[in-house]
Amino acid sequence: MYFVKKLYLPETLPEALKILKEHPETTILAGGTDVLVKMRHKRMRDVTLLSLAKLPLSGVEDKGDEIVIGPGTTFTALAENPIMQTRLPMLCTAARSMGGPQIQNVATIGGNVCNGATSADSAPSLFALDAVLTLTSAGGDRRVPIREFYTGPGRVKLESGEMLTAIHIPAGEQARWGGVYIKFSTRKAMDIAILGSAAVCELGEDGRVIKAAIAMGVAAPTPVRCTDAEALLTGKTPTAELLQEAGRLALTACSPRSSWRATKEYREALIQELSVRAFQEAYRLAGGKAL
Amino acid sequence: MIEIKCTVNGKPTQVRIEEGETLLDMIRERLGLTGTKRGCEVGECGACTVLLDGVPTDSCLMLAALADGKDILTIEGISSGRELSVMQQAFVDEGAIQCGYCTPGMILTAHALLKKNKNPTAEDIKRELAGNMCRCAAYNQIINAVQKAAREENKD
Ligand SMILES: Cc1cc2nc3c(=O)[nH]c(=O)nc-3n(C[C@H](O)[C@H](O)[C@H](O)COP(=O)(O)OP(=O)(O)OC[C@H]3O[C@@H](n4cnc5c(N)ncnc54)[C@H](O)[C@@H]3O)c2cc1C
Ligand code: FES
Ligand code: FES
Repeated sequence: MYFVKKLYLPETLPEALKILKEHPETTILAGGTDVLVKMRHKRMRDVTLLSLAKLPLSGVEDKGDEIVIGPGTTFTALAENPIMQTRLPMLCTAARSMGGPQIQNVATIGGNVCNGATSADSAPSLFALDAVLTLTSAGGDRRVPIREFYTGPGRVKLESGEMLTAIHIPAGEQARWGGVYIKFSTRKAMDIAILGSAAVCELGEDGRVIKAAIAMGVAAPTPVRCTDAEALLTGKTPTAELLQEAGRLALTACSPRSSWRATKEYREALIQELSVRAFQEAYRLAGGKAL
Repeated sequence: MIEIKCTVNGKPTQVRIEEGETLLDMIRERLGLTGTKRGCEVGECGACTVLLDGVPTDSCLMLAALADGKDILTIEGISSGRELSVMQQAFVDEGAIQCGYCTPGMILTAHALLKKNKNPTAEDIKRELAGNMCRCAAYNQIINAVQKAAREENKD
């Protein structure tokens, strides 16, 4: 039994937004795998909940130049979605790496993002892919790049009355394109990442890197992009030496902490190593040679 | 109190519940189906697994109110009458039941696995059962049991 004061189950988005406006203390409940665990630990009592269960917020749409993911899409649905499998397999990897099957069956990507954890398994990929979020309130929509959405541990730029209603991922033709997510954890399932590393690589016709994106989870209070490493790689034809240098530069964006899972020093070593491994694999998938 | 309608082990069921009640509370306390176990209550152990529209779900992390209109299968509904299901029998035969606390959840998750994968490899089984902890660590026997059940079911 949870201490629920009231549970709203709206069936349309306008109805939901009206409730959020009139009752700003309301907590949004998607899959509940973060919210209910917090309530169980009694960190939240007498909560008013608004369930997204009946809202049409799940599914994936390929719009040609972008892929739009409904925030209510569960990780199982994401991993099994054919559009995701062909266009953004790195997010399928992330989906399959989180929790276990029962958690993946109910946990949503929107909840993962809005929870604001640096360890969120979808976050490094969404950062590397330059995802943009649509936040909707009774007053209308606004769009926020995911790179600006996380403001601190467990904190995101959601105003009162606002709801995440779409995740947009710019995804053009994807010729000579590769994307990879690597989760480093002690167990392969039911374990939070010690470090998460995502990389995206796009090559020009001459084989040079025209886009390099490297993002990390658990490397700082929020997920981060390793912009110095990216700048070094852009415009170049990668060599093993260049990648090693990029790995060292990946650290400039990071400020890892010691926790019971791993020390700061261990995480620093992982940041160097996994940024290289992730980018190397993204480069190979983009058509570059194995290094 | 609110009323929900769902199907429990094939039977149309109406239940009056509290808004903050979990599906686990409802199944155990209101319906008296105590085969579904209460373990960690935070989604870690899988002892409370039921099949919700055929999908393994931790009933401790689901509000009962959200089961309105759903089809729920608990361990009590896995066999018809007094005979064990193929999966249950395989668990017995392979010694996959030690204390038995994880068993209802294990069997339901394994049952759902065989519905979508008729010949799971040991790796498939490990992946699919990753959300079900066995405190007695009968994992090898459990994997053998699931593979045995798959062979049995493929026979006929
Ligand atoms: C056993 C277990 C293992 C886990 N393992 C992992 C793991 O390996 N990796 C990982 O990343 N996470 C893990 N988690 C955490 C959790 O499952 C994920 O963060 C999940 O994606 C949360 O999604 P949800 O739909 O359950 O969110 P909820 O719990 O429903 O919501 C999470 C937060 O987001 C808000 N929210 C949800 N949807 C919206 C929306 N559309 N608009 C605005 N706000 C919204 C809620 O108000 C809440 O603050 C685990 C959890 C458990 C219980
Ligand atoms: S009791 Fe539900 S997962 Fe442990
Ligand atoms: S048999 Fe005891 S927990 Fe699995």
